[in-house]
Amino acid sequence: MHGLLLASTVPDALTFAVAAVISVTGALGVVLSRHPVHAALMLIMTMFGVAVLFVEENAQFLAAVQIIVYAGAIVVLFLFVIMLLGIDKAESIAAEPLKGQRPTAVLLGLLVLAEVVLLARGRWPTGAHSTAGALSQAGTNCGLSAQATCPNVNVLGQSIFTTFLLPFEVTSALLVIAVIGAVVLARRPHRLGTDTDPDSGTAPEEPDTDLVPDFSARDITAEGDDTTDTTQEGDQ
Amino acid sequence: MSINASWYLTLAAILFSIGAVGLLVRRNVIVMFMCVELMLNAANLTFVTFARQLNDIGGQAAVFFVLVVAAAEVVVGLGIIVAIFRRRLGATADDIHVLKG
Repeated sequence: MHGLLLASTVPDALTFAVAAVISVTGALGVVLSRHPVHAALMLIMTMFGVAVLFVEENAQFLAAVQIIVYAGAIVVLFLFVIMLLGIDKAESIAAEPLKGQRPTAVLLGLLVLAEVVLLARGRWPTGAHSTAGALSQAGTNCGLSAQATCPNVNVLGQSIFTTFLLPFEVTSALLVIAVIGAVVLARRPHRLGTDTDPDSGTAPEEPDTDLVPDFSARDITAEGDDTTDTTQEGDQ
Repeated sequence: MSINASWYLTLAAILFSIGAVGLLVRRNVIVMFMCVELMLNAANLTFVTFARQLNDIGGQAAVFFVLVVAAAEVVVGLGIIVAIFRRRLGATADDIHVLKG
């Protein structure tokens, strides 16, 4: 195992080390923080660390997209749902639901880690190079001078709109399906027919209060802990 | 010259394992979702590393599609979570035990 500094310059090694520490700290924060909001903020930290690593590996477009889409849209969606559902309260980590779940999970995680690190140490990139197009192309391919190299955005765009055109088109169908699915799932069910749905016994004009009687009527095995939380949320 | 690729792969392995352990340990459904995102990020890092190693743009294009799929997955997943929470007030995965047959 060669040292971090042997085959690289000092700024590169330093950037990698700092970004790696930030990513791993954020990842540990996601798993260990008791508060879902803190976990979301830690997830943003990991995203930024990975974005720095993307820049370090000459994937500038993906770094920008990583921050815009992941940190900007997905995590905000997470926070939105956390706030919308009002579950921004700390989870009691001490209580273990299944006997022996934690040790088994950590053991499995260590097993996965050992396996993947073992694979990462091997010399895998031995196949054919540049089968889907080269990463660094001469500037003449994108209207620049012959001495320059194409920017990452040009190369990636050219690849997506030529080699990967069909998958790109299919993703649009995927996104439309996801939007329709989200609309169907998030719609209130008793808007369809109040009289036919036996579960919605309350008036549809009061969407804030229909959860509490609904809950007590449906959940036979509700814990006392949960019901006290319910009343607290109703007070707020 | 830049960092040896095996450092990136090892870091991606660590991130993936942390995400996997979090998915197994945590009970809050939304935190479990975040752990899935963590694992996707680790896979993305691996893709970009191999793209650099093989001088191949295909790895970066794969990350692009992973981003799209992750966005769609989060939208549908959070929609499902909202739909579940509208019926019941449980915040953990154990509260969805009525799904078992």
